[in-house]
Amino acid sequence: MTTAPERTRPAATRQDGPNVGRPVDRVDGVAKTTGAAKYSADFPYADIAHAALVHAGIARGRVTAIDTGAAEAVPGVLKVLTHQNAPRMAPPPKVSIADLSTMAPGTPVNYLNTDEVHWNGQPVAVVVAESLEAAHAAARLVRVSYEQQPATTDFAVAREHPKQVKNSMIDVGEARKGDAERALADAPVTVDLRYTTPGQNHNAIEPHATTAAWDGDRLTVHDATQNIDWTRKHLALRFGVPAAQVRVVATFVGGGFGGKGSVWAGTLLTALAARATGRPVRMALSRESVSRTVGGRAPTVQRVALGAERDGTLTALVHTGLTQVGRVGGGAERVASQSQYLYAAPAILVRHSTAEVDALPNTFMRAPGEAVGSFALESAIDELAGELGMDPIDLRVRNEPERSPLSGKRFSRRDLRRVYARGADRFGWAGRDPKPRSMRDGRWLVGWGVASALHIPVPLPGDVLVRLRADGTVLVRSGLQEIGVGIATIVAQVTADALGVPLDVVSVEIGDSDQPTAPGAGGSTQTSAATAAVLQACEELKRSALGLARRAASSPLRGARPGDVETRDGGLRLAGGAGESYAEILGRAGVPALEARTGSDSRLGQAVGQARFMARFLNDRRRWVHPATGVHFCEVRVDPDTAEVRVSRWLGVFDVGRVMNAKLAGSQLRGGVVMGIGAALSEETLVDPRTGRIMNPGLGEYHVPVHADVPRIDIECLDEPDPTTPLGLIGAGEVGITGVAAAVANAVHHATGVRVRDLPVTLDRLL
Amino acid sequence: MVEVELRVNGAARRVDLDPRVSLLDALREHLELTGTKKGCNQGACGACTVLVDGERIASCLALAVQYGGREITTIEGVEHPLQRAFIAADGLQCGYCTPGQVCSALGMLAEHRAGAPSAVTADLTATDVPLTDAEIKERMSGNLCRCGAYDGIATAIRETAIKEVAA
Repeated sequence: MTTAPERTRPAATRQDGPNVGRPVDRVDGVAKTTGAAKYSADFPYADIAHAALVHAGIARGRVTAIDTGAAEAVPGVLKVLTHQNAPRMAPPPKVSIADLSTMAPGTPVNYLNTDEVHWNGQPVAVVVAESLEAAHAAARLVRVSYEQQPATTDFAVAREHPKQVKNSMIDVGEARKGDAERALADAPVTVDLRYTTPGQNHNAIEPHATTAAWDGDRLTVHDATQNIDWTRKHLALRFGVPAAQVRVVATFVGGGFGGKGSVWAGTLLTALAARATGRPVRMALSRESVSRTVGGRAPTVQRVALGAERDGTLTALVHTGLTQVGRVGGGAERVASQSQYLYAAPAILVRHSTAEVDALPNTFMRAPGEAVGSFALESAIDELAGELGMDPIDLRVRNEPERSPLSGKRFSRRDLRRVYARGADRFGWAGRDPKPRSMRDGRWLVGWGVASALHIPVPLPGDVLVRLRADGTVLVRSGLQEIGVGIATIVAQVTADALGVPLDVVSVEIGDSDQPTAPGAGGSTQTSAATAAVLQACEELKRSALGLARRAASSPLRGARPGDVETRDGGLRLAGGAGESYAEILGRAGVPALEARTGSDSRLGQAVGQARFMARFLNDRRRWVHPATGVHFCEVRVDPDTAEVRVSRWLGVFDVGRVMNAKLAGSQLRGGVVMGIGAALSEETLVDPRTGRIMNPGLGEYHVPVHADVPRIDIECLDEPDPTTPLGLIGAGEVGITGVAAAVANAVHHATGVRVRDLPVTLDRLL
Repeated sequence: MVEVELRVNGAARRVDLDPRVSLLDALREHLELTGTKKGCNQGACGACTVLVDGERIASCLALAVQYGGREITTIEGVEHPLQRAFIAADGLQCGYCTPGQVCSALGMLAEHRAGAPSAVTADLTATDVPLTDAEIKERMSGNLCRCGAYDGIATAIRETAIKEVAA
């Protein structure tokens, strides 16, 4: 076990309070179970118009003509926008590390401001009509002529021409320790294996939807986004208006998983259509339009080669990945990420390459890189265990590192030995007969598989405003996104404990760019960013309230210093119990409310804040690696005749640092497992290699797990703090999906003796 | 346009509708009942599930003009202990599929009470099929939850059903 030394910090942030650390119910549970929660397509406007997209039917070329006559003749059609008549937008910005919102578009393609087509499905027209029915019917009548250019539409062909990724602040192109290839050649036991994973799509149940309304040069957008701040800044830039005149509202977002982390065509073109028609416009994308305009996870080809002594000590680890990018955007899937952190090999080589395809740019999808990279690494570890005749958990324990294997940095906390032991004990791993096809239940072949999980959250800054009112109630405002995490609940819990007030007097307003800027919901970072800011603001409020009390002659807190008082029972209390409620303090002072906010609204203030954050971040990263870790245990049943695979039991044991709310963290981790089961067994974006057209752009053909595909999923967390972070938490949003597909494939191998190295594990690959 | 009287959550509303309007779009765009969600518009996800005369249907696959005079219940008209149970068991995350899950579960429980078997029911002649987790999951498989709250949903349904039987 490695753990950083405890930093000096108020004990209150360390221990569970009345609310923090408790599995309280979601504060927005009633809204979500009664239909009251408003998503982006749910906001009524009296004169709303509806829009629908027309998609290109070729992979690369130019639009030579668009016949919109039949579409325009449909009763109720207001306008058919094409590159020939659409208002101009400023081109997308160049990506700059100084302003991360430049990453928002995911592609330099300036939709409807160009006749160029870069992928099959790129929007080439938008139909705006009085009704949904007219818009969608008319969209089918738009006839587009093209001049086609030669296109690379098949990843299998494109990967003959790989490009190595350059090392940068964002990407690891290549990293090495020692001479891994040489060590591999010298190793007495080796495996050298090739794995592939297909394209996958987020398929949040809420399709991307935008409602946009212009009032002069002011724009209000209700958008299904995971990143309110990026969306606001990007829309301002593209439409040439100050960011302060763009308001982005996303009160509730119906799932994202990375798919709503960028500003895709739907958002931009809704704002464009609203500007062109002078009407508020809603574009709720069809499931097909989501698939054709919102990037997914890229397909990958990976090599994992492991060398070991006969006792299982790793001597070499090579993990290289070649992944698809679009010719007009997308980034490398960092599939070898975990191979830098998981095992103590003395020689390590990781390398990432990409191959360009004339396709929709890929994007982040839950644990980008790690989700599919862990399939290869954790399958290979299982295969090596087989070669060695060793238990796969013993092999992992033997190679558990004391320091981060590649960089030599220290882990702020890591206790995977205990995680493995706890999981093995609870799952009953000792009862496993390691021989494939050795376990049965009636006619079913039974297999048990194990895989490690690891994800390193990406910290980002976030700001909040906390208002403490004279009536004792508290309001927190922050432009956070609720995509299912339960962020408002956690913010309320932390605020209540930090101020010593009951949970039900705290109200939390999120999801609006008018609120202090918060990070996007991605990188497993939103909770840590928001709660750290809440603590800071509440500390300031405590001092302000004490400042009022300590000057009052009649206050029991007269002359008290911040270190003397605690926040509890709805006010400030001395150690002996004497004190006052906030209502008494504010009431006597005649102050209606005290307010504290972190960060700044001004551009300069934000730039300073960002620079400070970056300096802190870099300093921290020089010293520590903060991994969320875990282990999955999986039982499958395989029909010996049909090869049907059923996942029948699951246990995940995790170390995500301190758990703020076990109910919510458990749901996050469980959700990762469910999505991982989909990746393991059924999910695959199918592309026609001749045309580059996605062939399964719907939930009837792209198979996400249903109720019946998922067994009860037991989740356990160590729940111990990372001593280097403000509240001891690391992040739980993504680690849950890492390792899942490998655990399934390893269990399938144990059940059947068949090793599947290509996802998904479908019947044809087992028979 | 076709005039139709839609009876939703106990109230009758007359609306003029394009005959192509689905029941889902009628609810959302014409009656401002946006609690019912559109997830795929092709009957594959269950987010649009509503109850019609107590039976669950995918409202995206139904034409509104065919539902005049029927008793339609949307999530806005549901007040049931099951909703509380969803919250307690955390049978939701983003909440987008939740209205459909709740309506579907109510319809499913009624089907089960009426003795309807499912694909996993061993004895098709049985009149009192035990509502096991496998039965619940099979019968709820038309309602997708991408956040993966299936455990909590099954727990909420099971516990609500147990209480109903006990009551």
